[in-house]
Amino acid sequence: MLSQKELDEFRKEVRAWFKENAPTDPGFLLPQTFMEVSTDDQFHFLRDWQCKVYDAGYLGMAWPKKFGGGGQPQALQDIVTQEMVRQKTPFMVNTIGLNWAGPLILNMGSEEQGRAYIPGILSAEDIWCQGFSEPDHGSDLANVRLKAEREGGEFVLNGSKIWTSLGQYAKYMILLARSNPHVNNKYEGMSFLLIPMRIPGIEVVPIRKLTGEYGFNQTFFANARVSVSCLIGEEGGGWQVAMATLAFERGAAGGQAGGHSMMSKETADVVALARVAARNGRPAIEDPMIRDRLVQFIMEERAAELNAARARIKALNAERPHSIPMSVKLVRSEFQRKLCQFALSLQGASAAYYLGDSHAYERGLWQRAYFNAFSATIGGGTSEIQRNIIGERVLGLPKS
Amino acid sequence: MSDAETAILFSEEQAQLLETAEAFARDKFPMDRVRARIAAAEDFDPSMWREIAALGWLGVAVDEAIGGSGLGLGEVVAVVEPLGRHLAGAPFMSTTLAAQALMWAGNEAQKRQWLPKLCEGAVAALALTEPHGDWNLENLTTTVTENGDTLMLSGTKTFATDAASADIVIASALYHGAPALVLLEKAMLAAARIEREIVVDETRRSYRIDMNGVGAPKSALLNQPETRATLAHIDHAACLLLAAEMCGATGGVIAATVEYLRTRKQFDRPIGSYQALKHPMVDALIAYEGARSHLYHAAGMFGQGVEGEIAVRMAKAMAGDALAFASDRAIQFHGGFGFTYDCDAHLYRRRGLWCEAQHGDAAYQRRRLANLIF
Repeated sequence: MLSQKELDEFRKEVRAWFKENAPTDPGFLLPQTFMEVSTDDQFHFLRDWQCKVYDAGYLGMAWPKKFGGGGQPQALQDIVTQEMVRQKTPFMVNTIGLNWAGPLILNMGSEEQGRAYIPGILSAEDIWCQGFSEPDHGSDLANVRLKAEREGGEFVLNGSKIWTSLGQYAKYMILLARSNPHVNNKYEGMSFLLIPMRIPGIEVVPIRKLTGEYGFNQTFFANARVSVSCLIGEEGGGWQVAMATLAFERGAAGGQAGGHSMMSKETADVVALARVAARNGRPAIEDPMIRDRLVQFIMEERAAELNAARARIKALNAERPHSIPMSVKLVRSEFQRKLCQFALSLQGASAAYYLGDSHAYERGLWQRAYFNAFSATIGGGTSEIQRNIIGERVLGLPKS
Repeated sequence: MSDAETAILFSEEQAQLLETAEAFARDKFPMDRVRARIAAAEDFDPSMWREIAALGWLGVAVDEAIGGSGLGLGEVVAVVEPLGRHLAGAPFMSTTLAAQALMWAGNEAQKRQWLPKLCEGAVAALALTEPHGDWNLENLTTTVTENGDTLMLSGTKTFATDAASADIVIASALYHGAPALVLLEKAMLAAARIEREIVVDETRRSYRIDMNGVGAPKSALLNQPETRATLAHIDHAACLLLAAEMCGATGGVIAATVEYLRTRKQFDRPIGSYQALKHPMVDALIAYEGARSHLYHAAGMFGQGVEGEIAVRMAKAMAGDALAFASDRAIQFHGGFGFTYDCDAHLYRRRGLWCEAQHGDAAYQRRRLANLIF
């Protein structure tokens, strides 16, 4: 156990390093998450940044030394992550590798897989993408149709995956495929594979988003052959591996590589905007209606933080223990959407600018953020599905 | 955000009080008894009140040296929330807040005479509001003037909860042009006209006091230099406890509505299976959880300067909106039954309207917050 004094000193050191080394404005608008990387400039900038953080020893600090990690306590990594968030540095671009594939390989993979994959995940040399969702099965993850037919020592892959962020840059994919279609229960007969992306039979086709940008892809598989050694977990036990992976992502299990994965906008950013935006010849922040809305946003944002604190106090969650954790995604994603929408209205006539116009406030960041906010209110189960789940599992209402 | 802004300090005492108070409120205030109390002749059930006093809840936030247990208002929250959940009618909040006024501005003699009695079950009331309805407690038209050795009061106070059965009433009035607080014993109030008000929350006993002709000895004045700080303290304390009451009621109305949605059938299906009802219930739940997190945060921050005031006003604004939404939808979701007096949904809605009208509704709190934050 490290003493509080040691932790405080480490925090000071980290704070100084990030102040000194955080990248300066690249001259173009950066994405806010790994799902929005749409140009090569953005990608290379972010990959260099992750590599720099890793080289400084501030990423994968708690991962095993033999795989390129730091072999240090998780508490140190948590401090680094907090400081990155606090200083609003760019996010770690290899998000799927760091938050999903890495913890999965460390927990369930072989020694050989650890050596092969972990160092490249940390340095961002090997970018990872994920292949879970399929066209036509948006919110129902278990309805996987992509076929993985066993032929000797290989799986033959046919079908397609959608929303593969970073697919155009990825060297590897974590893939949930149906290895046995003859099962009664849809949760059985799936297998989880770690596959190479740059092989014959795999084609990555960019999807143009509502923002006009790229970032997501559809990935087509036509008789792509991969070795059975790509398998992680049991053949046919893919669903359990997928659930474990999602748990790593939510931070339910330990072993996070650290580094933040999203540059969210906060109410503080909107308050700053309200101080410079104009209303009737005065700063917008003097307008009583705007003040009322801003206070409401501050209270809701703080409620989300306080919910996280209260979720740790058993006596204050006796009636519905899962209420807070199961609502996090719905609450945060809808909040972000509403906040961005309000930030647009604050800009007055300038709200009409869009990405690409140099006169747009912060290069059109808020316009883009508003449209991109839908990726979180739709992805991972839409807000409507979330309300069904919470209504049924938390409130105990009958199924719809 | 600083760590203090997102921390919840929940004490062992709070946990114990919460558990005991929840069991007590469930036992003493089943809905049929809540409804019976509405029509009852006496303001409150004396045997229930004696039990509350015996449990020590009236002295939770009173100094140990003077008969209390020396905890804070944050601990009182853990008692008030369950009472609010079960729509309890008792002079608990009025007595607790009056004791706070005495602790802050009472002179030694007043404190020694009354605080131990209040801890043991004497009833106290506050008379702060006036017919103009302004939530600013310093907007006073009632006056107290000297007439030889006695003080004479003139003016009208409104919404003096539990005043008719109170052993003492602490009233605000202008004294030499500045706000002052006066401690009026039952005998002194004989000259007052105390009329029961017809108020939206029928579980409450609220009174209008015509002070004209009321006299008191000069010793009835509380320390005047402390008045402004005391009024602010009472305002914050009331906001905190009202937030607790509203959070409790929100939890109660959500549970009652969910039960109805699970059992009531229309078109051969339980109505809770319809997303048009299910989804707003989830929104009500989310508002409730957020309000409750704000409440226990504010409980831990109480009394800590501007940050404490911000936390308390946020808690009241959040709880007010949460209860308004949950209880409004509760009426609607009960359908035709919701329109009847027999349905309990309106009781929660009425409680919310009452609590919002006390010490500032959510919009008023947000306005105060804007001035504190920006």
